[in-house]
Amino acid sequence: MIWTRKDLLGLEELNREEIELILGTADSFKEVSSREIKKVPALRGKTVVNLFYEPSTRTRVSFEIAAKRLSADVINIAAETSSVRKGETLLDTGRNIQALKADVVVLRHGFSGAAVMLARKLDISVVNAGDGWHEHPTQALLDIFTLKEKLGRIEGLRVCIVGDIAHSRVARSNIWGLTRLGAKVTVCAPKILIPPGIEQMGVDVGCDIEEALSKADAVNVLRMQFERDARDAFPRGIDYFRKFGITRERLKKTGRDIIVMHPGPLNRGIEIASDVADGGSSVILEQVTNGIAVRMAVLFLVSQAHDKRISAD
Amino acid sequence: MIKESLLIKNGRVVDPVSRTDAVKDVFVSGGKIAAISAGVGEQASQVIDAAGCIVMPGLVDIHVHLREPGREDKENVASGTAAAAKGGVTSVLAMPNTDPPIDSVENVALFKRIIRCGAKVNVFISSAITKGRQGEEPVAFDLLKKNGVVAFSDDGASVDSPEILLKALVKSREKGFLIICHSEDRNLSAGGAVNLGPVSTRLGLKGISAESEYRRVERDIALAARAKARVHIAHVSCAESVKVIAEAKKKGIKVTAETAPHYFSLTEEAVLGYDANMKMNPPLRRREDLEAVKKGLRDGIIDAIASDHAPHTENEKEVEFNLAEFGVTGLETELSVAVTELVYGGVLDWMGLAEKMSFVPASILGIKKGDLREGRDADIVVFSPHEEWTVKREDFVSRSANSCFLGRRLKGRVRYTICSGKTVYAAE
Repeated sequence: MIWTRKDLLGLEELNREEIELILGTADSFKEVSSREIKKVPALRGKTVVNLFYEPSTRTRVSFEIAAKRLSADVINIAAETSSVRKGETLLDTGRNIQALKADVVVLRHGFSGAAVMLARKLDISVVNAGDGWHEHPTQALLDIFTLKEKLGRIEGLRVCIVGDIAHSRVARSNIWGLTRLGAKVTVCAPKILIPPGIEQMGVDVGCDIEEALSKADAVNVLRMQFERDARDAFPRGIDYFRKFGITRERLKKTGRDIIVMHPGPLNRGIEIASDVADGGSSVILEQVTNGIAVRMAVLFLVSQAHDKRISAD
Repeated sequence: MIKESLLIKNGRVVDPVSRTDAVKDVFVSGGKIAAISAGVGEQASQVIDAAGCIVMPGLVDIHVHLREPGREDKENVASGTAAAAKGGVTSVLAMPNTDPPIDSVENVALFKRIIRCGAKVNVFISSAITKGRQGEEPVAFDLLKKNGVVAFSDDGASVDSPEILLKALVKSREKGFLIICHSEDRNLSAGGAVNLGPVSTRLGLKGISAESEYRRVERDIALAARAKARVHIAHVSCAESVKVIAEAKKKGIKVTAETAPHYFSLTEEAVLGYDANMKMNPPLRRREDLEAVKKGLRDGIIDAIASDHAPHTENEKEVEFNLAEFGVTGLETELSVAVTELVYGGVLDWMGLAEKMSFVPASILGIKKGDLREGRDADIVVFSPHEEWTVKREDFVSRSANSCFLGRRLKGRVRYTICSGKTVYAAE
């Protein structure tokens, strides 16, 4: 299996082999972070630009560390301090970054499809670090990587994703990635947060968290951001917590060990109880650690594919 | 030989008014149709050999955004009417959402001057229903009508207030003018970019529901019924709207409706990949909707086909999907898309096509067009029904190339467009 894509835009477009290649590459990069000198020269002389149109600490820092551990040079651009404020379009900003001879743009954007549009127009690699409600492929990859590390496989696993499915790019990427690897996915949320036609993405839909948990090997708890509609249904965080919060009692009731994941940042006492987040079933901080290896793998693979494409021309 | 005369020989003449469908010669003189018969004996200053071609009334497109005055970077009257001519369209109804909008006698006068200087085909003028299309203050309907306005529409926006629309409809009955409704409930559609459903879910975009359209169609028809007025529904895109219109027609309510070529040729699936040239309002819908629109055309529920030609610059489309302007061009492709999808798709015969694209839309506006009988204006399209061509960005004569049919192979190609007896387009 050879990686041939110059970009990583989402997991929908990847086949099983491509996802497994990223996970395998991440596996070999994971060890770098536990070395005394946490660096390999894989991307020496390459420039990675983190272009962030939305506030993000976790994802940006993770990409930055990943690039640095591969010896790339990293530039961070936050839209609020850049010429975007002077009305520059995304495409023009991208073209300028390309003209500066960067090799990879890591894009975080509030609008769905932004990375797809940019990648279509640029020759350099584009890595989607989250676009609107659409996809957040590296988050899903690190979730899957962590699950696989914990349970040894993905095929046949039953994963429940709970929370605001309608507005979640993490949910979408997880659904594509997990189903492609043969896991069975159930999404669980108040009806108002289930988007129409989600079953056509290959998932089951449930509105009862206890029932959903009873059939799950792992639960991925989404951060609740309470969009307008959700606020109407759940005026206070505690109302949501009562119906959908992941609590020790609910987990215990299943009589099994369920892995608990969360993409962060946590809303303790809203979507997840503190003792669960900090408890033995939680892999939340391991997810953060694994994020580095997964992002190293993605940066490495896309730059390599891009170099090959150029030498082939 | 008569000066300034034209003879179109041996074409298959399809005229919905005289119900002609036969190989005949068309003799044009003084800008009018002088004779139609097998073997016209006259000598003409220009002769078109139309053997193997269809000769139809020039198309009458009652939904066109020419963008002038104000947005000449997208289109102007000269380029838009050149695009019309290339597409076989000899009459257009220009939508009033310009800058300034066409909502006053002064602006109509300004627009008339622009038309006089630059138009290559007939441009008919519509005015906004309300000042500035704000949905609040009605325009001076009577005065505008006297100044040549043939229809009123706040296109791009719906008149939200039922009182204001009802008053306009009552007036339209009294004074004999036409109200065109862009039926959209923005309380339901605001912020949406694509059809609500599996595709909006996959793309992570806010959806525009069918409800936002058909509930407003329902309301607009109910108001027309109350006013005992005629009403025309623009760009019908979903099955439910077709059903609502069918029921209204059955009850005898005087409603007419149009759809656009993209609604009977593309579905929401085309938006996967975030191609902003697939973004328009109303959005591309489901396969069932496409089929319902086709059936509506066949059954006479949808009376007319209009392009909703909405040119936008590349800069306005090469942005984040949410930020991209709504709308696609259509003048240069509508006939071929209709031929490909409807005639070769078995939905309409050639006569049906001529009706939906010329005579019926002309009747809706109350203009004497779409009619090949002797004495009528010589507005004619000659096209070869079998010829195939590929839609290419560089071939558009419109100032904009935001077509949803780029790269498509289509059947039916315009050979000549004749407007008032003059050849305004001839294929190389």
